[in-house]
Amino acid sequence: MSILINKQTRLIVQGITGRDGRFHASRMRSYNPSIVVGGVSPYKGGEVVDGLPVFHSVFNAVKETQANTSIIFVPAPFAKDAIIEAADAGIRLIICITEGIPTLDVIDAYRWVQLKGAQLIGPNCPGLITPNECLAGILPGNIFQKGSIGIISRSGTLTYEVVHALTKQGMGQSTVVGVGGDPVVGLYYKELLALFEADEETKAMVLIGEIGGNAEEEAAAFIAQSISKPVVAYIVGRTAPPDKQMGHAGAIISSGEGTAQEKIEALKDAGVSVALSPSEIPLLLNQKVVNSR
Amino acid sequence: MKLLEYQTKSFLKKQGIPTESYTLCRTPDEAEKAYTTLGKKQVMVKAQVLTGGRGKAGGIQKASSIEETRMQAEKLLRLSIRGLPVQELIVSEAVAIDAEFYVSFVIDRKQKSVLLVMSREGGMDIEQVARETPDRVLKFAIDPLLGIPDYLARYFITQCVEEPSLWASGAVLLQNLYRLFVKEDASLVEINPLVVTRQKQWLAIDGKMVLDDNARFRHIEHEALAHWTEQEKKEQEAKKKGFSYLSLDGNIGCVVNGAGLAMATLDRLTDFGGRPANFLDIGGSSHSKKVKEAMELLLRDTAIKGVFINIFGGITRCDDVAMGLLEAFKELNNEIPIVVRLTGTNEKEGKELLCGGPFLVVDEMDEAVKKIVNLVNKAG
Repeated sequence: MSILINKQTRLIVQGITGRDGRFHASRMRSYNPSIVVGGVSPYKGGEVVDGLPVFHSVFNAVKETQANTSIIFVPAPFAKDAIIEAADAGIRLIICITEGIPTLDVIDAYRWVQLKGAQLIGPNCPGLITPNECLAGILPGNIFQKGSIGIISRSGTLTYEVVHALTKQGMGQSTVVGVGGDPVVGLYYKELLALFEADEETKAMVLIGEIGGNAEEEAAAFIAQSISKPVVAYIVGRTAPPDKQMGHAGAIISSGEGTAQEKIEALKDAGVSVALSPSEIPLLLNQKVVNSR
Repeated sequence: MKLLEYQTKSFLKKQGIPTESYTLCRTPDEAEKAYTTLGKKQVMVKAQVLTGGRGKAGGIQKASSIEETRMQAEKLLRLSIRGLPVQELIVSEAVAIDAEFYVSFVIDRKQKSVLLVMSREGGMDIEQVARETPDRVLKFAIDPLLGIPDYLARYFITQCVEEPSLWASGAVLLQNLYRLFVKEDASLVEINPLVVTRQKQWLAIDGKMVLDDNARFRHIEHEALAHWTEQEKKEQEAKKKGFSYLSLDGNIGCVVNGAGLAMATLDRLTDFGGRPANFLDIGGSSHSKKVKEAMELLLRDTAIKGVFINIFGGITRCDDVAMGLLEAFKELNNEIPIVVRLTGTNEKEGKELLCGGPFLVVDEMDEAVKKIVNLVNKAG
């Protein structure tokens, strides 16, 4: 088991004829060839990219390939349309990698996704991976190892750093999800924690957060109430200056709210161990798992 | 991007939302002229700066003669508010106020929608009102598929405003404000206070707007509204090269791939007694040219006494990063210590390339952080 994606995932790549789409389609394919079933590029149906059939629209792709998951690489001005198209065509899980989409576009697209009963991950995210089964993202597959830790993160390279630290200690991962660094994104801590809680393979969770918003505080309240598995958190931006955007559009302390300190306190109050560095995470996980026995 | 009061009001007026009369001035002479043109006895002289707490800092003054207007303008134009020099001000008519309200539209992360925020406590710090008396702040999430049809506008306005003669005009005002928010791709449009005059008219006498930087591609005209500080100009320039850059006040230059890892790097440097000079995310998928450009950007800052390069190779290949570093230092003459931490894809190749160069290559992040902090602090 795992969450959201597995060996049965049938993935299409929207924007497959673009530079990034093409590159990552090949990488995802080399991770597990049977997962990626095709691609979409407007008016380019009939072409072939790396042996994959290209369709004019997601409708054609779903009909021909029975795709249930889509990953989006189209440029920001067209991303809203791409997300809505996927939802409208019956895709169940939509992963949007694209960075720099206007927030109002994301709000519109998310509403359609919700209406169609689909799920959205991202935008501005690295995607997700279930090690040895399915890579649906731009994560470097080689650093992951199959195991029982579920990871939820707002950041890309920081996730790799944490995974690297875990893998080195022999702690593999069930599924790793990058939720994205924008102010408005799809699936977030709460929904994903609930999925990991219900997943038999996942024994503990790592939550990687950063300054901005108060999703970590909400996650803390949710953990205290509904999560029985051990959770370790790591929050960055402890030394970030106020009112400055730290790379991610959503990483900003505004009017004194969204600080790392507030988040760390809320998580500690909820019984979550909070690490100061990536290398501390495996140690805290060990303690947690030992204590919970 | 934040807008000044007069810029916000110009958007409000264009959208049919009434404001008091005002004139933008950059000199005391212009302020005098504005006083005459307004033709009112009582005026307000208001500093235009991109920071809150303007009133408390003395940035808003009353005047009731041409001499007094000049005097206040001279005073304000010499003032700095929270480090920002006052370069522009408005002279506006003083308004006789019957009631003050608060209204704004803002992005709500949790509900993933635009949120209408209203309160009868106008003219106050709304966050403080929300903290102390949450029941006095009304919030309504807007469904993007619906927007604000008439029935919702009527519902919202009657929830907040008691005076029946203000309902119809207030409902239209809410619709117009939402239209403005969407049309300009704002992330905040705020009127505070939205006042009711003695003549029972709505008037926006102070306002704030923040525009979504991600939507810049479809609002070329927004570019001209920017008031960048020197520091922000540098940040904007870096952005054009594909970097996220922020200047900080320390002495250790940082080059990192990924925003999260960059934040983690600053935290860790500070934990071990170092003082980062900047935040610099060169992007998740970087190549040698970008690394070289990043080094050039960094070393222009003379406060930098050491550089820490922290790269986790995912899509980014470590050997690519190493090539960029070698390129950069072929041309840059450099005496300061450089600690490089490379892990991940093609790590071995990258490290081999850096062998014999002016770099200290370290495997683990914490170890590397300690190293650079020691070297910089020792050098004094």
